[in-house]
Amino acid sequence: MDLTHKLEILADAAKYDASCASSGAAKKDSRGGKGVGSTGGAGICHSYAPDGRCISLLKVLLTNACLYDCHYCINRRSSNVQRARFTPDEVVQLTLDFYKRNFIEGLFLSSGIIRSADYTMELVIEVARKLREEHQFRGYIHLKTIPEASPALIEMAGRYADRISINIELPTQEGLTKLAPEKNLDRTQEAMGHIRGKIEERHTEKRKPNAPKPPPFATGQSTQMLVGADDSTDAVILQRADVLYSDYRLRRVYYSGFSPIPEPSSLLPIKPPPLVREHRLYQADWLLRFYGFRVDEIASADAPNLDLQLDPKLAWALRNRATFPADVNRASREILLRVPGLGVRNVERILSARRYTRLRLADLLLLRVSMKKVLPFIIAADHTPARLGLDSDTLRQRFLPPPLQTELNFDAPPVSGEIDSVRSGEL
Amino acid sequence: MRTVVIQPVFGEWRERARELLALRVPPEEVLWSEDGEDPGLFDILETASPLGDVPKVPAAFLDLARRVAAHRDARRWGVLYRVLWRLTFCGERHLLSLPTDRDVHQLQQWQKTINRDVHKMHAFARFRLVGKDEASNREQFVAWFEPEHRIVRLASSFFEKRFVGMDWSILTPYECAHWDGSKLHFSPGVPRSAAPDEDALDELWRTYFRSIFNPARLKVHAMQTEMPKKYWKNLPEAPLIADLISGSSERVKQMLRTEARPAKPAPKNAYLDYLRELNTPTQSPPEAPSQSA
Repeated sequence: MDLTHKLEILADAAKYDASCASSGAAKKDSRGGKGVGSTGGAGICHSYAPDGRCISLLKVLLTNACLYDCHYCINRRSSNVQRARFTPDEVVQLTLDFYKRNFIEGLFLSSGIIRSADYTMELVIEVARKLREEHQFRGYIHLKTIPEASPALIEMAGRYADRISINIELPTQEGLTKLAPEKNLDRTQEAMGHIRGKIEERHTEKRKPNAPKPPPFATGQSTQMLVGADDSTDAVILQRADVLYSDYRLRRVYYSGFSPIPEPSSLLPIKPPPLVREHRLYQADWLLRFYGFRVDEIASADAPNLDLQLDPKLAWALRNRATFPADVNRASREILLRVPGLGVRNVERILSARRYTRLRLADLLLLRVSMKKVLPFIIAADHTPARLGLDSDTLRQRFLPPPLQTELNFDAPPVSGEIDSVRSGEL
Repeated sequence: MRTVVIQPVFGEWRERARELLALRVPPEEVLWSEDGEDPGLFDILETASPLGDVPKVPAAFLDLARRVAAHRDARRWGVLYRVLWRLTFCGERHLLSLPTDRDVHQLQQWQKTINRDVHKMHAFARFRLVGKDEASNREQFVAWFEPEHRIVRLASSFFEKRFVGMDWSILTPYECAHWDGSKLHFSPGVPRSAAPDEDALDELWRTYFRSIFNPARLKVHAMQTEMPKKYWKNLPEAPLIADLISGSSERVKQMLRTEARPAKPAPKNAYLDYLRELNTPTQSPPEAPSQSA
């Protein structure tokens, strides 16, 4: 099989992994070396596919042959998909060739599990080792690891990679038992705990005065959860994410709306969840990480699923009208972060500006705050919302999206047109 | 009113601004012009004697000014000088902390445009292999990019740090940057025809682009927000986009029509047996199978 054909199969096999981040790595570059590569800073998307996803890394599997039978996955052993396998040298060469043309930030390497977890892990690590040691490659490397691989191998992966990740796939063991019988939630979390320990150990070593610089180790780990493949509610998904952020210090949890695959399994729903559900989960995720919300404020036992029509912050505000109006010239940061229409950056700008001036609506307009969203919830120097507004039953109506017009483009599957960002939850 | 004619680069503005500040010339008395032919010019700056020292300005302002200077908007020199004046002689040292101030807001908007332009150059400049230097054995690459603003110098240090191990040139219509392994240097702009059109790897890159696209989640608007059409003409993968979009609906229908496959029984495999034992708790944990299993 020629290289082009292998790339076709093994990139196609890797595309269901949502993560393509190249940010958050330690600062390093190729000065003083013979090779190429640099990391650190915000990460760069070198292209975008028509699915709206950023293309930042060469994202491929080493092989799509797999012993496991995860029913949402095109590469499961029951699938009839054509199988292929790269040699480590082929992946190394592709990475370097693409990198030198400025197509990519680096490599995201994953693999189907062949023979055993350790055997597979060793092959994956060999690619990273060659890139780092034989070619002095200093670009971004993300390695997918297998929870059952021996700790020594996971540590070695962490030494070569900027980021390592283990996909949790589903938020509950019941879901895994049904759809991914080889996978186990406890073992996955145990491996994440081990990685967290290693990341923090290096961090502590680095801060010791007069100590030699410790060997490199990945600066973060991330994971992915499938949405809509099992019947987990948003509350269950977000609670799992919350545990991963607080107990395992994950950098990112990616939510991947289950989408139809060319080799469907009889155990799975035919109908994928609406893309907007994934989008709402990202928004909720943002609220947990940057806006000081708790999971039970966003999705509770009584209302376990997010409102698909309204973003979760607006939905929360409508349920908690007594908190408002908030005075932009006096309210605390915590309260301002809860005002619909105010993002993290604009809250910082407001806090900075109000030390010197009393903010009026024109100032907020200048900061591109959405007036429609914010007006019922704030007081400004020249604005007090009508009491009627906050109490009114029609307030929710005001924020509902307009009824959808008939889809005229028959070539494209219907999508909800409002979603610009793909994995951002900026509110 | 006096007219100050400058070359449109940051260093030049900085020099003139220092002179004006030393003479205590308020911003409303200065007209900035990039037009070197301006006959109304008479340079009062060189003949007048300074009235005092130039006060220090916050480092953040110089950084902001350096970026804003790369913008093409002719009003930038005047706004920069007005903010400088307010920072130094109007007692508004805190001015940069006031994002709702109209001048500060304008500068920050320009800065944002520049940062985006620089970021897109880092993202979308594509190197093409043109040869190998016999003596040094270094590969030589050339890229073509059309920035909207005068950002080549701002954007180059990124490439300098990243691509140390190869020789490269980035050509643009108004200025070019070159790296030979030891020194970065700049030369005047060139036409598009000076850059190569193709690279042997382009086809493999297109294969990757085609294969990583998921037709089941088309979001054309999201793609175009981040990768506006104006960049497409210099991206080797862009010609594929139209076909990928129009073919996606049929591909998804095909997936939905495919008959679902039942689960196959597990093959005989020592590792799978080991996992199964792990998943059903017993008294003692099982031994991991050896590598050769």
